[in-house]
Amino acid sequence: MIHTRKALWRGAIAVAAVAGFVTSAAAQMELKIMAPAAPGGGWDQTARSMQQALTQSGLAKSAQVTNVPGAGGSVGIAQFVNNGKGDGNQLMVMGYVMVGALLTNKSPVTLDQTTPIARLTAEYEALVVPADSPIKNAKDLAAAVKADPAKVTWAGGSAGGVDHIAAALFAKEAGADPTKINYIPFSGGGEALAAILGGKVTVGISGYGEFESQIKAGKLRLIGITSATKLPGIEGASLKDQGINLEIANWRAVVAPPGITADQKKALTEVVDKMAKSKEWTELLKAKGWDDSYLSGDAFTKYLADDQVRTKDVLMSVGLVKS
Amino acid sequence: MEAFVSLAHGLTIAIEPMNLLFALIGVLLGTAVGVLPGIGPALTVALLLPITFKLDPGGSIIMFAGIYYGGMYGGSTTAILINTPGESASMATALEGNKMAKAGRGGPALATSAIGSFVAGTIATLGLAFLAPYLVDLAVKFGPEDYFALMCVAFVTVSATFGDSPVRGLTSLFIGLALGLVGIDILTGQSRLAYGVPELFDGIEVTTLAVGLFAVGEALYVASRRHIHEEKLEPVRGSLWMTKEDWKRSWKPWLRGTALGFPIGALPAGGAEIPTFLSYSAEKRLSKHPEEFGHGAIEGVAGPEAANNASAAGTLVPLLTLGLPTSATAAMMLAGFQQYGLNPGPLLFAERPDLVWGLIASLFIANTMLLVLNLPLVGLWVRLLAIPQPWLYAGILVFATMGTIAANPSPVELMMLAGFGILGFLMRRFDYPIAPVVVGLILGPIAESQLRRALSISLGDPMVLLQSPFSATLLTIALIALILPFALKGMGRFKAVED
Repeated sequence: MIHTRKALWRGAIAVAAVAGFVTSAAAQMELKIMAPAAPGGGWDQTARSMQQALTQSGLAKSAQVTNVPGAGGSVGIAQFVNNGKGDGNQLMVMGYVMVGALLTNKSPVTLDQTTPIARLTAEYEALVVPADSPIKNAKDLAAAVKADPAKVTWAGGSAGGVDHIAAALFAKEAGADPTKINYIPFSGGGEALAAILGGKVTVGISGYGEFESQIKAGKLRLIGITSATKLPGIEGASLKDQGINLEIANWRAVVAPPGITADQKKALTEVVDKMAKSKEWTELLKAKGWDDSYLSGDAFTKYLADDQVRTKDVLMSVGLVKS
Repeated sequence: MEAFVSLAHGLTIAIEPMNLLFALIGVLLGTAVGVLPGIGPALTVALLLPITFKLDPGGSIIMFAGIYYGGMYGGSTTAILINTPGESASMATALEGNKMAKAGRGGPALATSAIGSFVAGTIATLGLAFLAPYLVDLAVKFGPEDYFALMCVAFVTVSATFGDSPVRGLTSLFIGLALGLVGIDILTGQSRLAYGVPELFDGIEVTTLAVGLFAVGEALYVASRRHIHEEKLEPVRGSLWMTKEDWKRSWKPWLRGTALGFPIGALPAGGAEIPTFLSYSAEKRLSKHPEEFGHGAIEGVAGPEAANNASAAGTLVPLLTLGLPTSATAAMMLAGFQQYGLNPGPLLFAERPDLVWGLIASLFIANTMLLVLNLPLVGLWVRLLAIPQPWLYAGILVFATMGTIAANPSPVELMMLAGFGILGFLMRRFDYPIAPVVVGLILGPIAESQLRRALSISLGDPMVLLQSPFSATLLTIALIALILPFALKGMGRFKAVED
């Protein structure tokens, strides 16, 4: 009781403190951050975490989050590029899923039309099997996939998304035909997780965070993670350490509208740079369990361009994109 | 027994004044946003997350739960009064509820929905407290083939929403099924019937269709008939409160609705819409006054509304025990847990029992608050119907448009709303039932993708549909439901001969 009241007071003081900051730094930016997805998803949470970090650290006077859901971000990016042209106060959260979605949806608007600002977070993919599965490690899975790719059923997120791409790359590395994989897309993480727990499919693939509590409870067995080496705090080897050359991360980033001036781009990059170093942002990353993979400037621009080419190759090899 | 002790302990946490205040704020906010179409509980929780970051986790999660339950109450109010379902789960409530409101029985309709929600919410929360661990083991065993079988049951029973003519009903259903094909096919990632319009890639939004057909269509229809004959709306005819007869006709549907809503809501892909349809058709079949259905039967409000609220409690089963968010609001609540570094899942009950049981106990309190809050409002709400018709329907149009823009800020969505409004007008004009269209849009895609998933997993062997015990049972129920009416008719004739 006393504890609760104290917490509330602390909250009230924090709110007051934020309000104080805002008035004292009136000259700062008023940002609009678009999350091209419905409330609740990863992009929305990233946008709202940015909002929180930017306003609480006093880097921005205000930050308003808007949701424009639809088709892996295809609807959002179209609005962002058309309405935001030349506006140096707008940002849009995006990620690896959008790269694939724009390709499979044959979107008329592409990421080349946006102004890349920075990559913020990354989450590695985890491959899991039910606890009673005969598959013990990545080698076993590779052998099963090689023997008959159709018999190994994969449960993951939407078709053409990062889970699907990782599954296809795994089959390729295992020496099987990636177009033959039996990948079953589920909407939302929950449904796929239920199918894996219920033993309906051979293997599940998704971001590590989705499986974490089930792995710790011993209901799922982690057989590999798509990072370069073993990650601290995760009990389980990477696929690379098990001899399967597969490295892929589901990253999230922010971009600005097209047609902004070099000065505007510089100002936005600076704000995001500072935010990424702020105490508030680091705390949020820790609370959400996101890996910091900060990359800005030209390095990020190049990364984005390279990843688009790589993704297109993979999607073509799986048959999801024709040309 | 252990659960009882934990629950009692949870109650002591929930009745701390601070937590009571959070629950009250939650239910007030929830009711408010539930009334507005488009602004749902999910968006509200999303907006509140950054503010509650520094608060006590227990208090803010209790508040989120209050918003969730409150939203379910609010959605039915607009459905009954102005035929605008705040969310798709209130659609079945609108079918009979609005007819009752137009007949001056808005008071009893709102009352039965509030009390039914309370009864269902309380029973389902008890279920959550005592059955969650067992239920969840069953729920994850429910595979794609079982979902498909459940959809078959739903398809067989939707004929209850058809009105008087099966041919017209089927026509409406097929319009809905066709609309359900629009968008990216989830299994192959290829778009169908979207014609390159990005807004169509995710398929047609159920709320846009429901609000267009129900609210906009109704407004156009009323406007077109005005000069022919003016429909007089009486806000209150007879008793404002439920009569003895109303109580007698309501209590069984409440219980049946709960029995359908809670387990289906607990399924990872169950949702809130399916149990409301099942409840509606069950009530129509079981009612002693089937002729009143379509003209304002109180059972048709009591059952679906109870099912709706019970399924909300059901959704919390996979959320708390597995960390599986199965609705947008549940996903936001998961984000709420995570911002305090808490991971719902098998370990949460063991790691933070105070939090989990405090939350469950506060659901009882939120439920009671909602009842106390909503019953006195009934009298106020029905006065809405005394507003002159042109004003009322103009207001509904503004309301519907705003809600659609709030949910999906895009001109294409608005054009769809207008298009569906015209469709709704034409269907009313030529006497086609509108509910089956929405039913088709909701059930069609689920049935399709679950069947294809089941076949994909079984490597193309259709026997998988009969091998699962759930699926085999449900398919049998569907078959019986299909044949029984004919059989009964035959028996009825037999009896008549005997007489």
